[in-house]
Amino acid sequence: MPGGVDTAQSELTIPAAASRAGAGTVLVRRLLFPVIAIAALVLLWDVVIRIFSVPPYVVPTPASVGQALVKERARLLDNSIPTILESLGGFALGNLVAIAAAIAFVHNRTLERVLYPVAVAVRTLPIVAIAPIFVLMLGNGYAPKIAIAALITFFPTLVNMVEGLESADPQAMELMHVLSASRTEAFRYVRWPSSLPYLFSAMRIASTSSVLGALVAEWIGTNKGLGYLIVLTTYDFRTALLYAAMVMTSAIALAFFFLVSILEWVLVRWER
Amino acid sequence: MDIVVRDVSMVFPASAGPVRALGNLSLDVQSGELVALIGPSGCGKSTLLRLIADVVQPTSGTVEVRGGPPARARVARELGFVFQHPGLLLWRDALANVSLPLEVGGWGRRHQAPHQPAELLELVGLKGFERAFPRQLSGGMQQRVAIARALVTGPPILLMDEPFGALDEITRDHMNQELLRIWAATRTTIVFVTHSIAEAVYLASRVFVFSPRPGRVIEEVAIDLPSPRVPAVKDTPEFVRHTAALRRALAQAA
Repeated sequence: MPGGVDTAQSELTIPAAASRAGAGTVLVRRLLFPVIAIAALVLLWDVVIRIFSVPPYVVPTPASVGQALVKERARLLDNSIPTILESLGGFALGNLVAIAAAIAFVHNRTLERVLYPVAVAVRTLPIVAIAPIFVLMLGNGYAPKIAIAALITFFPTLVNMVEGLESADPQAMELMHVLSASRTEAFRYVRWPSSLPYLFSAMRIASTSSVLGALVAEWIGTNKGLGYLIVLTTYDFRTALLYAAMVMTSAIALAFFFLVSILEWVLVRWER
Repeated sequence: MDIVVRDVSMVFPASAGPVRALGNLSLDVQSGELVALIGPSGCGKSTLLRLIADVVQPTSGTVEVRGGPPARARVARELGFVFQHPGLLLWRDALANVSLPLEVGGWGRRHQAPHQPAELLELVGLKGFERAFPRQLSGGMQQRVAIARALVTGPPILLMDEPFGALDEITRDHMNQELLRIWAATRTTIVFVTHSIAEAVYLASRVFVFSPRPGRVIEEVAIDLPSPRVPAVKDTPEFVRHTAALRRALAQAA
């Protein structure tokens, strides 16, 4: 598969002028508007607290959350690193296993008929219930967190990837036969590139849900990570720090989402 | 003789019982000829092309392509195939789509390609569109890329399955003219499946009329119009006579 990505990458050269002309406007629309929306929400939050005089241990003011972000930045960063590593590990593992499974399913119908329902069944298990089981099985280290983040990213990628690999143009596949292409070649030239837009749709979902998975896993049996910090500060009524931890989590998830989107922009140019 | 089809029957399994697509079909195509296959929908014309291209195997009967089994011709890249839809790879520009057959199986490394991909794009009238992606091209232009792709390994036989069926009439007339030009330039044997009587008469030197399923040849019409064909020929009484004859044959077939 890395071969497939390389092929797609080296082949893609869109007229530079065309892509550059739109880049500025796209950036404004993609970045400026969301920033305005978020700023408006923060303002609304501040106004509501003042009007209804909400006590700070229930909902902190935006200013106090900002202060917590600055004052506790060392602590927040320390706890972010495990969460980032677990999310990335889970994202990579979940997607790789899902891609491998999808490739196996597309080439072996029996395997698909046997294992696809199992994958669906596993999906229906509540992740909050699986988390303690994984901790029991895998201990207190990174392993159970990565496993849960992987599990949560696995299913959307599997479903999308099977669909993507099967979305290959039947006439392009017939052409591969006429050209006496091997199965590997048909995969490399047609199936794999056809699946990339589907894969990226799934990975965009996975980029944020992997952080959620890591966070849920940190609720139990650990003393580091943003998930741990969130639970701790909830019990202690340190709502400003709690909110700051939530902002950090959200920022990490957004950063992942952004990275995947950039990667998609570079690799899947023909869909633009 | 480039293509010899003898007594070929083709039965497809289906949920409602087996479907006989072809029944005891025989036909010959000579080297360098442009023949058209015409018949009602579902009469097995496309199936016949797929038999010749070794995409499917006959239930009974024999197909010979250039003196051997179709599989040999397929592996030797003696067959070019143009589908109803262009089937281009969206992530490759026009030039990279044309050179795809050279890359598959490393054919281009082991053989001297008779034409450069860029030359072929020029031949199909797409000079200057080398770097354009399929989504940036019109349907007619995409089909031309597909034709250039089919020709890049210099196959002696070109199989075309309603290649212009999805195009509007003006584009189609233009593409017919282009195809005749390409045919004259490459001297390729062409088997052309179509639903259009006028297209069949205009392009082909012989037209095979198919019966409804199970398809077989019920009439073979030689088109003795002067060549090279020019659009004005469509207004001649001879042209009208041929189209009328084909229309009658098709009406009897139904």
